[in-house]
Amino acid sequence: MARKCPEIPAASLADIAFMLLIFFLVTTTMDIDSGLERRLPPWADQTEDINKQINERNIFIILVNKDNDLLVENEYTDIRFLREKTKEFLANPHNDSNLPEKEPVYVPYFGEVMVAKNAVISLRNDLDTQYKTYIAVQNELIAAINELRDELAKQQFGKSYDKLKEDQQEAIRIIYPSRISEAEPQKK
Amino acid sequence: MRRFKKKTGKELPPIPTASLPDVIFMLLFFFMVTTTMREVSYKVNIKLPSATELKKLEKKSLVSYIYVGEPLQQYEKTYGIASRIQLNDQFANVEDIQSYIAAERESRAEEERPMMITSLKVDENTRMGIVSDIKQELRKAAALNIIYSSRKQEER
Repeated sequence: MARKCPEIPAASLADIAFMLLIFFLVTTTMDIDSGLERRLPPWADQTEDINKQINERNIFIILVNKDNDLLVENEYTDIRFLREKTKEFLANPHNDSNLPEKEPVYVPYFGEVMVAKNAVISLRNDLDTQYKTYIAVQNELIAAINELRDELAKQQFGKSYDKLKEDQQEAIRIIYPSRISEAEPQKK
Repeated sequence: MRRFKKKTGKELPPIPTASLPDVIFMLLFFFMVTTTMREVSYKVNIKLPSATELKKLEKKSLVSYIYVGEPLQQYEKTYGIASRIQLNDQFANVEDIQSYIAAERESRAEEERPMMITSLKVDENTRMGIVSDIKQELRKAAALNIIYSSRKQEER
């Protein structure tokens, strides 16, 4: 019979594991990075003024000044009402003549739908605007679009937008596109 | 009459510690799986703004970070108190962003490059002037996917 090996001492194993544990506790972080996703327009040397080609009723102008006040469609507005106003602009439920004009567009799953194709949200801020306000405004705009998409998804498919299939989401995105144009801040 | 019990033989048995390493290892694996390595050490103060419509960053390897904020106290003497940009581990100017993005792009595999995202970690009290400059530079560098890093805010 072969000689039995002496047992490996395991008393210090706990200490070694503790040391590893402490090392990982110190060098790693738990926070998951999250934020507002946006896509920048590609760089063009001569930025043409797109506002000129667009009919005034199709454009939703938001101005933010250096004191973080909002001017929405030439009206002083509190940020709490921005989401409602944006939703009204994008949806235009009563075909108001001041709100964007709609054109019939064929959309899969929906058939012929009246879509405000040319509606654009234009956001312009001052050089001294606080980043906090800028993010709050961006957040309200994204929230407005997300809420509209969600409502439509519930009405059509009986599910929330996130749970739809890719092509169903695509169809809803045709009806409610996310078009936010950001002008460069005005230099004084 | 025996008032005092004999001590010998009646002592509490020692707590078995044979399974202690296993327990610690389990904790260790838990932390290794749930946490991520710290990217850089901050040289600027950053308090992120809060928002509700958040998206989580899924692939960490595709993200490059730009930090903006007021320099920490120990750097105030050399860099002042105005908001500064931090790339990797050092302070930088707006002009450095294009070369930084190019270097980040170079370090990724070719098929991953179109999916790259730039995460802007900006202090909430920063003025928009510097943020706009950064965005212009990113547009020039064709790094168009950006994410404004923010904290979760409870729904009003």
